[in-house]
Amino acid sequence: MATRPLPREPRGDQKKTKIVERRKAEDWTKPQAMAIPKGGYFADKIEQGRYGPIFPQTPACYGFSVVAKVIPGREEHLYNHAKVIEKAIADDPTTLAILKAHYLRWVIFSIKGESYMMYQGIFDTDFDKYCEDASFLFGKTGIISAFEALEWWPADYATNPSSIVKFFREHHFPSFLEYSEHPYVSCEQVRKALTLKASFSSMLDQMQEE
Amino acid sequence: MLVESPVLELDDIQHFLISRPPARTARYEFLTFRQPDGGRKWLSGMLDKVGIAKEVGSNEPDSRWVTIAFTWNGLRALGVNEASLATFPEEFRQGMAARAEILGTTGANHPDHWVGGLVSPHLHAIVVLFARDITERERCRIEHQQYLSRCPGAEILSSLDLEAIPPFSYAHEHFGYRDRLSQLTIEGTGDQPTPGSGPAIKPGEFFIGYPDESGSQPISPQPEVLSRNGSYLAYLRLEEHVGAFRDFLKEQGRTPEEQELIAAKLMGRWRSGAPLTLAPQKDDPVLGADLQRTNDFNYGTMDPYGYGCPVGAHIRRMNPRDTAVNMQRRKMVRRGGTYGPPLPENAPEDGIERGIAAFVGCASLIRQFEFAMNVWANDPTFHELGNERDPFIGTHDGSYDMTIRKRPVRRKIRGLSAFTTVRGGAYFFLPGIKALRYLATLADQG
Repeated sequence: MATRPLPREPRGDQKKTKIVERRKAEDWTKPQAMAIPKGGYFADKIEQGRYGPIFPQTPACYGFSVVAKVIPGREEHLYNHAKVIEKAIADDPTTLAILKAHYLRWVIFSIKGESYMMYQGIFDTDFDKYCEDASFLFGKTGIISAFEALEWWPADYATNPSSIVKFFREHHFPSFLEYSEHPYVSCEQVRKALTLKASFSSMLDQMQEE
Repeated sequence: MLVESPVLELDDIQHFLISRPPARTARYEFLTFRQPDGGRKWLSGMLDKVGIAKEVGSNEPDSRWVTIAFTWNGLRALGVNEASLATFPEEFRQGMAARAEILGTTGANHPDHWVGGLVSPHLHAIVVLFARDITERERCRIEHQQYLSRCPGAEILSSLDLEAIPPFSYAHEHFGYRDRLSQLTIEGTGDQPTPGSGPAIKPGEFFIGYPDESGSQPISPQPEVLSRNGSYLAYLRLEEHVGAFRDFLKEQGRTPEEQELIAAKLMGRWRSGAPLTLAPQKDDPVLGADLQRTNDFNYGTMDPYGYGCPVGAHIRRMNPRDTAVNMQRRKMVRRGGTYGPPLPENAPEDGIERGIAAFVGCASLIRQFEFAMNVWANDPTFHELGNERDPFIGTHDGSYDMTIRKRPVRRKIRGLSAFTTVRGGAYFFLPGIKALRYLATLADQG
């Protein structure tokens, strides 16, 4: 396999792991950076998910950076599927609502003549919590079909959501530093703020007509 | 591979998840098998007493209904070999106690505080007895005690007696909420979904060996004779702090009417069963009792902001209906009842344990039960709430809130206290009838 070794899952007595403390009210006006230990976890604040420990939330929300080698000759398949996904989202903009995704990016790059794909997502919900729903929706949009062009993609993905989670975990490269200009702000908060702004604008327009 | 839905083999499925017998009492006995042959001998003698789905509800006037299920350690104790044991899902192999952090059963709910030996690796089986009345339950208890004494090494670790609480005209729990309102329908049972309950669900969501809602048939534990027509059960013994709950309502509501409204906001239904989405201002007991109407609502269009039923209310978390995706893959069958004496109205907390001892039945503990506990019950950010958990089955330490949306300004109850405590739990495998026979006749692998 061409990608790096897996991020190690932390070991140790489960009873000793602490429940992740809830964040206090965050100040979104104060930019924050967070340095993340090697391996992607804070040893003293590991949250156990149903499919294993959950990568921590940072000021830049939850996310993943999945890198996998493209099966030789399948690169064109990925470009074709970009159109499929574009149409799926155009037809139903709420299709990926479960992820609460800020951004999803697909990048193809080459190392020594071999193609790789990076799939990077920044979202508000941790992937493990909603993995089955996410995999179901990925299947609906064609995102999973795109993954069929990647090496080590599990053959039983349609019937075994845990195999998808395993693939994502094994090909995820955790950040060692994350930054946000507006820390911990969620998609929903952005949407509500813009809705409110539009409402105020509308109100001011209405006032002009008095 | 897409496969057609086969006929449900009701003659090979235990009755437990198919029908609710008309029982007013129950007894759960948690067993251990010190010797494999003693366990198998016990099982052999119980085979003809186990309720079969096809027979329960027929013309025969039953007065007791028996169900048998095993932990992963119990399957091993009966002699199931290691190769077969390894084919069972990881979460079942680990058992409920080991999954405590995932389930959110932490703090006072942690397995360190559980009773009845349910955390012990020596917990091997459960016998669930539903009986028409206490006399019949006692007769069965004595008969079973005598039978166990003839099975070497088969012993009772602990037991729990359950009784319906008055008034007996409708099922309800100690807080006073009408129960058994969820109307889930499984394809192949012949039942028709009630309005608003969603379409019938593929049998593979509840029974192993059938196609599920993905359209394909999941991989089964081996051998097939052991897993086919089986299900998984998640058992929870949930103590209800009735005195604390009533005190809370009195603190939060100035009048009995206000207190009833707050009780309804926490649940999402009035105690009569009437859903707030259909009866937002005033209770409607006739609606609550009418199974053709009491589930006939959605949230997405009828109550999107939760002005009727709060977004964090128990029934909205446990069944978000049209405001969540993939709902057909999250449904579970619930069974169980109340234990402990009712606390009389206006009586102070008496320190006696009372609550619900219930089972959730499904084909995938991780996808169905654990998802519900991990996300719906205990995720503080559920539907953007921020700092809330299910008011009844979420784990509370006084630091979570409950938001009651209303115009012009919402009401936020800060520092919700725990109205329940998990006192025990376990994962069981509920085998089919042929599988029970297979287990009873297993050669000792030792």
